[in-house]
Amino acid sequence: MNALSRPANHGAQSDRDVWEALARLPDPEIPVLSIIDLGIVRFVRRSPEGELHVGITPTYSGCPATDLIRRTVRDALDALGREDAVIEEVLAPAWTSDWITAEGRRKLREFGIAAPPAGSTGPRGVVSEVHECPRCGSARTQRVSEFGSTPCKAHYRCLACLEPFDQFKCL
Amino acid sequence: MSGPEATPGWMPASRGQGLEGPAAPLRAELFRYLLRLADTSLVLGQRLGEWVGHAPALEEDLAFGNLALDCIGQARLLLTYAGEVEGRGRDEDALAFLRDAPEFANVSLAEQPNGDFGRTIVRQWLIDSWQLEVQAALQRSTDTRLAAIASKALKETRYHARFSSGWLVRLGDGTEESRRRVQAALDELWRFTTELFSPDDIDERLAAAGVAPALAELRPHWSGEVDRVLEQATLTRPDTPAYRWHGKQGIHTEHLGHLLAQMQHLQRTYPGAKW
Repeated sequence: MNALSRPANHGAQSDRDVWEALARLPDPEIPVLSIIDLGIVRFVRRSPEGELHVGITPTYSGCPATDLIRRTVRDALDALGREDAVIEEVLAPAWTSDWITAEGRRKLREFGIAAPPAGSTGPRGVVSEVHECPRCGSARTQRVSEFGSTPCKAHYRCLACLEPFDQFKCL
Repeated sequence: MSGPEATPGWMPASRGQGLEGPAAPLRAELFRYLLRLADTSLVLGQRLGEWVGHAPALEEDLAFGNLALDCIGQARLLLTYAGEVEGRGRDEDALAFLRDAPEFANVSLAEQPNGDFGRTIVRQWLIDSWQLEVQAALQRSTDTRLAAIASKALKETRYHARFSSGWLVRLGDGTEESRRRVQAALDELWRFTTELFSPDDIDERLAAAGVAPALAELRPHWSGEVDRVLEQATLTRPDTPAYRWHGKQGIHTEHLGHLLAQMQHLQRTYPGAKW
């Protein structure tokens, strides 16, 4: 998946449990998604000295969930006996909604949130803004509000089935 | 704000990169420059927060809360970095809550009171348009840490600008009353835009090192974009004579002190309080 660097050989076997543990950690705001689904975990790798490093990136600069995610990752690593693992903050490249996995997009739709279309952002910003209703699938939808209940969502309504829905913003 | 440092084994993005980059001999200048960016975002975020519960419609209430959150988030990243550059052990909280007005380096425009909805939109749009230019240029900063923060912030600012310019057009090209109000706000706030593109020694030294953009060079593109939106909004660009404010140098309008009194009240009254 995109820019994630899973270690190919070195340490891959021994660190698989870390990936598996992280894949069980829910996003605090949208608990159907794991932090892996969201593309928040950027890498699990070993430093030249063999130290385990887990790289995580914030979705939005001010996302209040970031601090909580950092703590749950810490707890998960500790529970695996990796108390000496380092959690690294990664800012570049900046998180993009294109990093949400196909699995993550499916879970979002099932949860009733319109997923950002894959490849909807480019270097100059959002390139595609067609959002399908997660309930009936119609593309006849209309933005009600640029902003929603969390920094990562906007508010839409479906003109076909008339239901309101959250849309995960393209970033 | 909270203390990520409390998480064991936590490594912020800046650590490990050190401060050996091109800005190393300009540490004091870089600190001041980071405060300018950070304080502008923080003060604007605080102002936007004043709208929560008071906006004309639920959607706008949500919008202002979200804009504020982005601004404060950007301020946190910048203040944390500023504290490390300064090297005196001040973290984001110490810098946000324990400095007095003359130590704040935000541009004067950011601290201007909200006024009515139209005036808040005009202030937001002017700052958004400026931040778009600055953050886009900072993506190429020789300071990789600053470039990373700017790249992240730019994505959020694009969203902000879409919101504020959209509202400016709706209000300007709206009713007689909405048009009268936003034009009046524009006429009043325009004089603060001179500061946005007026470099001082700090700006110039950092520009020479490739850390910061040359402010004057950003102006023509900004000016073109501003004219484009104003035309759509059927508003008239004010012809206010140039006036140079000094918020970046810590000389503020009377409004900042009141804002800080409210923002800092808790930490000043109960130093070190956490919840």
